[in-house]
Amino acid sequence: MKLFGYKPPFTAWVGLAIIAIFIFVAIFADFIAPYGEAESVGQTWDDPSFANWLGTDNIGRDLLSRLIYGARMTIGVALVTTILSFFIGITTGFMAAVGGPVIDQILSRLVDVILSIPLLIFALIILSVFGSSITTLVLTLAILDSTRVFRLARAVATNLAVMEYVEAARLRGEGLWWIMRREILPNALPPMISEFGLRFCFNFLFVASLSFLGLGIQPPFADWGGMVRDNGKAISFGIPAPLWPAIAIATMTVGVNLVVDWILSINSRPSGASAEM
Amino acid sequence: MLKTIVIRVALGLLTLWAVSILIFGATEILPGDVASAVLGQGATPETLAVFRHELGLDRPSYVRYLEWFFNALHGDLGIAMTNKRVIVETIAPRLTNTLFLAGYAALIAVPTSVVLGIVAAINEGKFIDRFVNIISLMTISVPEFFIAYVLILYLAVQFEVFPSLSTVFPEMDFSEKIYTAALPAFTLTMLVMAHMLRMTRTSVLSIMSQPYIEMAFLKGLTRSQVIVRHALPNAAAPIISVIALNLAYLIVGVVVIEVVFVYPGIGQFMVDGVAKRDLPVVQACGLIFAGAFVGLNTVADVLAIMVNPRLRHPR
Repeated sequence: MKLFGYKPPFTAWVGLAIIAIFIFVAIFADFIAPYGEAESVGQTWDDPSFANWLGTDNIGRDLLSRLIYGARMTIGVALVTTILSFFIGITTGFMAAVGGPVIDQILSRLVDVILSIPLLIFALIILSVFGSSITTLVLTLAILDSTRVFRLARAVATNLAVMEYVEAARLRGEGLWWIMRREILPNALPPMISEFGLRFCFNFLFVASLSFLGLGIQPPFADWGGMVRDNGKAISFGIPAPLWPAIAIATMTVGVNLVVDWILSINSRPSGASAEM
Repeated sequence: MLKTIVIRVALGLLTLWAVSILIFGATEILPGDVASAVLGQGATPETLAVFRHELGLDRPSYVRYLEWFFNALHGDLGIAMTNKRVIVETIAPRLTNTLFLAGYAALIAVPTSVVLGIVAAINEGKFIDRFVNIISLMTISVPEFFIAYVLILYLAVQFEVFPSLSTVFPEMDFSEKIYTAALPAFTLTMLVMAHMLRMTRTSVLSIMSQPYIEMAFLKGLTRSQVIVRHALPNAAAPIISVIALNLAYLIVGVVVIEVVFVYPGIGQFMVDGVAKRDLPVVQACGLIFAGAFVGLNTVADVLAIMVNPRLRHPR
């Protein structure tokens, strides 16, 4: 079977299947989940039973239902963050590449400084000032993450900006925005697509970590990082409650990574080139 | 070479200074100000005024920045907003704990990952190489608390080998500390090992395609001899900088791990500070973390310059 003219290997199919199932669950959570998001149905940490397949959580809510609703929140926030981050990163990156040396220097040095602080630490500082609502969370992460996208977008666009067709468009008198959108963007897309998967994974893990620290998505919304936090104490009684959301997070990242690996092998870019923190 | 190193260190200090502006500035970009954000909608103008005066917000921001910056240079990080205690006194023992944990993890992670990376490179494509590769890929793609909870479930609950909470006290002797901090240290080790291992493997393998390596093979040396005697010395520079970079990553990874294991370190202190919106504490911790990060990155570059003969002469 072919997909966009390429034949995905088995691992890529596994990855695609994982992503498809998770997104399906996230969208149709209301119809799939056996109980409500914040509905209390039992005692603290009930054992798995026929009524509650994975047991209940720290205040007696059905773990499976929370897990299903959590998919919506965790994947949704990470996806919106990544899209926003790419929008900011690509726009500024292209501007730095085609907008002349002054803009380039200003943007690049600013990004250098932001990149020299660990992302988590910077996010913590900003969240301590603004408090953590979902809007600030998404905005903060998107702006911080866009510095990574900026680096790649600028590097790709610098190579494209010296091409004859860009030169021709300039001589024709096209504006900066037009050149960025019509000449550079279509040619820069292939490397950006695999980067999108990697950045999504990163943001996804990052949102989960922040929620785990109690500084990300706030209750009563179910999200996987927060569920690990809520149920963390259960582990000392040998109850695997915090492991389920953690496994869900891990499965999702592995799934996306499998697909990214496949896309990378099509583009034959050296793998792992941008997989660092 | 000395000139290159001096330039690099100066750049590191410049970065640190810029970072301090950014950390301080992050609290200034608020529409309105910190006082109204922290106290919320219900605050009366009087409480706001008192709070502003307490934080020194009634003075211009550059004055406050300079005061904060020079005090920090003298080792005075201010007073916590919530409990009015001197931050340095609270941070000092916690910083020692964090450094102990990070050092502990580094001592296990660095030798193991370099050796495993070389072993994987020697046996490229064979079973052990693939096995090491898959395990390291898995540890990269799971969240840090997942590894932590799996380790707790098996090593602390099912087989009661190590304690699941790692509350260390200053009164504990060294071996006791090593035992109590074992699980967080193992978790951190697994977090940073994957990157180091893969980079060691890649840099050894990338050198394997060089002509002088082919020459060594043609002389009749075995694969392991070629790698240890010919490839490794030239692969040392990237390996060393990756080690330093990962130690910087370790500093950040420590935040989540400390929270999981209730380890009394600076990361947990910072997370508490953020939850209570205690700005001086957050700024102080942020400065320390960023300082460690920038410092280790600078050390990585300096070591890379010293080890690699081609980088010794500036062009």
